[in-house]
Amino acid sequence: MARESLVNIEGVSKRFKGDDVPALDSIVTTIQPGKVTGLVGPDGAGKTTLIRLITGLMQPDQGSITVKGLSGVKDTEKIHAITGYMPQKFGLYEDLSVIENLHLYADLRQVTGRERGEKFERLLAFTDLERFKPRLAGKLSGGMKQKLGLACALIGDPELLLLDEPSVGVDPISCRELWKMVQELLGGGMGVVWSTAYLDEAEQCDTVILLNEGKMLHDGPPSELLAHVEGRTFQIHGVKAENRRRVLMTTLQQEGVIDGVIQGKHVRVVMGKEKETPALETVAPGETAEWHHVDPWFEDAFIDVLGGGPGGHSELAEHMEEKPDADRPVIEAKGLTKCFGDFTAVHDNTFDIYRGEIFGLLGPNGAGKSTTFKMMCGLLQPTEGKATVTGLDLKTVTSEARNRIGYMAQKFSLYGHLNAQQNLSFFSGLYGLSGNKQRQRIEKMIEIFDLKKQLKHNAGDLPLGFKQRLALACAVMHEPDVLFLDEPTSGVDPITRREFWTHITGMVEKGVTVMVTTHFMDEAEYCDRIGLIYRGENIATGTPDDLKEQAKDVDGALEAPTLKDAFIALVQHSDAERERKGVA
Amino acid sequence: MQARRLKALVVKESLQIMRDPSAILIAFVLPLILLFIFGYGVNLDSNRVKVGLVLQTTGPDVTSLSQAFSNSRFLDVTISHTRAPLEEKLIAGDLRGLIVVPQDFTAEAALGAESAEIQVIADGSEPNIASFVQGYAQGVFHIWLVHQAEDRGRPLRESSITMQERYWYNPELKSRNFLIPGSIAIVMTLIGTLLTALVIAREWERGTMEAMMVTPISIVEILLGKLIPYFLLGLGSMLLCTAIAVFWYEVPFRGGLLALIACTAVFLVAALGQGLLISSATKDQFVASQVAIISAFLPSFMLSGFIFEISAMPQPIQWLTHAVAARYFVTSLQTIFMTGNVWPLLLSCILGMAVVGLFFSVMTMRKTRKRLD
Repeated sequence: MARESLVNIEGVSKRFKGDDVPALDSIVTTIQPGKVTGLVGPDGAGKTTLIRLITGLMQPDQGSITVKGLSGVKDTEKIHAITGYMPQKFGLYEDLSVIENLHLYADLRQVTGRERGEKFERLLAFTDLERFKPRLAGKLSGGMKQKLGLACALIGDPELLLLDEPSVGVDPISCRELWKMVQELLGGGMGVVWSTAYLDEAEQCDTVILLNEGKMLHDGPPSELLAHVEGRTFQIHGVKAENRRRVLMTTLQQEGVIDGVIQGKHVRVVMGKEKETPALETVAPGETAEWHHVDPWFEDAFIDVLGGGPGGHSELAEHMEEKPDADRPVIEAKGLTKCFGDFTAVHDNTFDIYRGEIFGLLGPNGAGKSTTFKMMCGLLQPTEGKATVTGLDLKTVTSEARNRIGYMAQKFSLYGHLNAQQNLSFFSGLYGLSGNKQRQRIEKMIEIFDLKKQLKHNAGDLPLGFKQRLALACAVMHEPDVLFLDEPTSGVDPITRREFWTHITGMVEKGVTVMVTTHFMDEAEYCDRIGLIYRGENIATGTPDDLKEQAKDVDGALEAPTLKDAFIALVQHSDAERERKGVA
Repeated sequence: MQARRLKALVVKESLQIMRDPSAILIAFVLPLILLFIFGYGVNLDSNRVKVGLVLQTTGPDVTSLSQAFSNSRFLDVTISHTRAPLEEKLIAGDLRGLIVVPQDFTAEAALGAESAEIQVIADGSEPNIASFVQGYAQGVFHIWLVHQAEDRGRPLRESSITMQERYWYNPELKSRNFLIPGSIAIVMTLIGTLLTALVIAREWERGTMEAMMVTPISIVEILLGKLIPYFLLGLGSMLLCTAIAVFWYEVPFRGGLLALIACTAVFLVAALGQGLLISSATKDQFVASQVAIISAFLPSFMLSGFIFEISAMPQPIQWLTHAVAARYFVTSLQTIFMTGNVWPLLLSCILGMAVVGLFFSVMTMRKTRKRLD
């Protein structure tokens, strides 16, 4: 080791009262100065707990942590003096202005006199917040809050900068800017910890601590982890767009395949060690498909470390009846507009969704996804325009017609104080199931989603993955024709996410129509078509590949854009258009 | 402790107070509403009790007795010559009692005033008012007897000593005069405990407390940074309440401003301390508000002697009231407003509040740490 470690973490364990498993289990690692250390893992992996342990806000049950040789137990005051910390939600006072927030943190950190003025100038220029000095922090966009949070954390010239999920609730563009800023800071020898649940962010980090359920799965440069799956990652090219999900499902059920996802028009596959790719005639019959070697992704490696993803078989879908054909779109939105006072949350949104199609609404937080969604479900009255589902306006239809839809709300909306069994009974009753049929369906759900052990636990106490399964079970128990999913996999680990999509894919094969909102790019890849929502407007609609093509049109520099690149390019283009119109 | 940091925190908190409508609402609008309710809505006064007067006979004595009742400023008299209509009104609750002058009254009175008798019937469903009816009727009758006897030149034998009633401190017996100072104590409990309980819990909920904990700030600074602005806000609110009491409701203010401020200051430390303790322990605005209402607001209503007389409570409950800072504050305020600076009493109240305040401060110091686990 060339340089001395900034933080030493030795055998640290932490268990919270009432939990069966420790939040952190025997973590041994170091954090180096001048580098970005990615603290990566799904929700509940122990990221925040580890950061709080480093700050001394919590004490480990076992093991010890030192920051620059200072003990995390005795010298917390000294540690605080050299640490900058941006907690989740940025830790800003929303009713103070940008400059007042800076003044507060400068005073707390004893930054005074000329040094203070110079530092403010530098930080405001660095974060491009000079223009917004008098604006209340609560009125800033997510991206600007994030920058202000960073500026406040940087005021004391910290040697260690801890950022807890800085990219949550922030659009990809702001996030990319933040990333550039952090890179500039490293030159001075600052050590940065960047925690994230997005595995694609991990690839950019100099080194990565990968956590899952409190255990450390990897500690080292991301390339080391990628090396594990080197030569085992492939794409199947040449599959017809409408068949790619079926091909994926079949592939996942083949011997030796440990993971697979949809990636644009291709199917991405990870093979087990020294396994041969399955024959294309089996997985993609009647297609002119071919195997292509591709570079591994971090998520491939993550799934590999966890021992592979779930298979491609959905028992849920298997038992479902084929949904009848429909000659017209199942879901129609015509000129949907919603105003709250003089604020237009959704402006003139039009799209159709056909039987057996997955339609995604993709966009940053606050773009108007959820508002559009609620209008579709009849939960909000559109100011203008019309939303129909199976030709009916959900606002006015009878409850029988409502029984044809399933709805899974954000954060899963289960009754936290009812146990899993009671939630299933309650929701099945709501959707009009009763008697024998109800009992059989509930039993089936328990079997399919492996809920047996969790039945007597209150839904509020279930691990996130199980909550999500239970919520899906509640939404599909009555075999709806149309399924509305609002941020269905927010925060859940990649394995559960795959399992979820296996079920959705299976159901779509049976003719179920799905509308989903998401801000996960890889999730958007599963969609047949995507509506890109930005500032209340549908700025682009099309298949994921259409969007990538459109992005190439507006930004000539893009060669093989990912969906995220496309997203950023299209949003920036929209901003430029808006500005141009504003000037004209 | 470091002056610059403390100042920064106080400035921050003050800005937040000024920008947050709910703080202003609780500190300055709520007192107006509560004082309005207590000033006009709640009335424990006994004047003008409605009674029926049944005159079953006539004669000059009866006329003069009936005039005596009608002229009383404590009674609102309805006169009838039969019982039935007035009894109906009594049952309907329109009258609080009946005074019956029986048929043989004139004959008895002629024999000698002291042997004359009247009947008083009171509505016992409200014992308090029933006793007023009884007392006033008796008083009026007694005075009439004395006058009668004097007129005839035969003073009453047993009434050679007459009673001259005087009510000290509140000679007009206006309940408003002690309700208003008491309600000020309730308002101050709300501001002190509820507001502080909410604002720290809010910082935990929004994650700002966590960010602040990882600066070189100390616990004392955090707590003082909260205490000082709300202390000043509380004093401001106190002055507003006092002004309303004195200038609008014309409650007498016989004590000194110094005594008022001294008592308020000590009380605020206790109330704010309790609020800080609640929010340090709960870290959740909803729970904090519930706990504040149950542990501070309700006791300040029920156990402070504001409405319910403490000496009338069972002994164990009386002991319990000593832990309620509002109890001392109600007494102090009522004393300062209506009586004056009775320092021995005020000092014992201040001591009581100081002990409660010290308890909460020490508990808060021990409970609040720069730790999350």
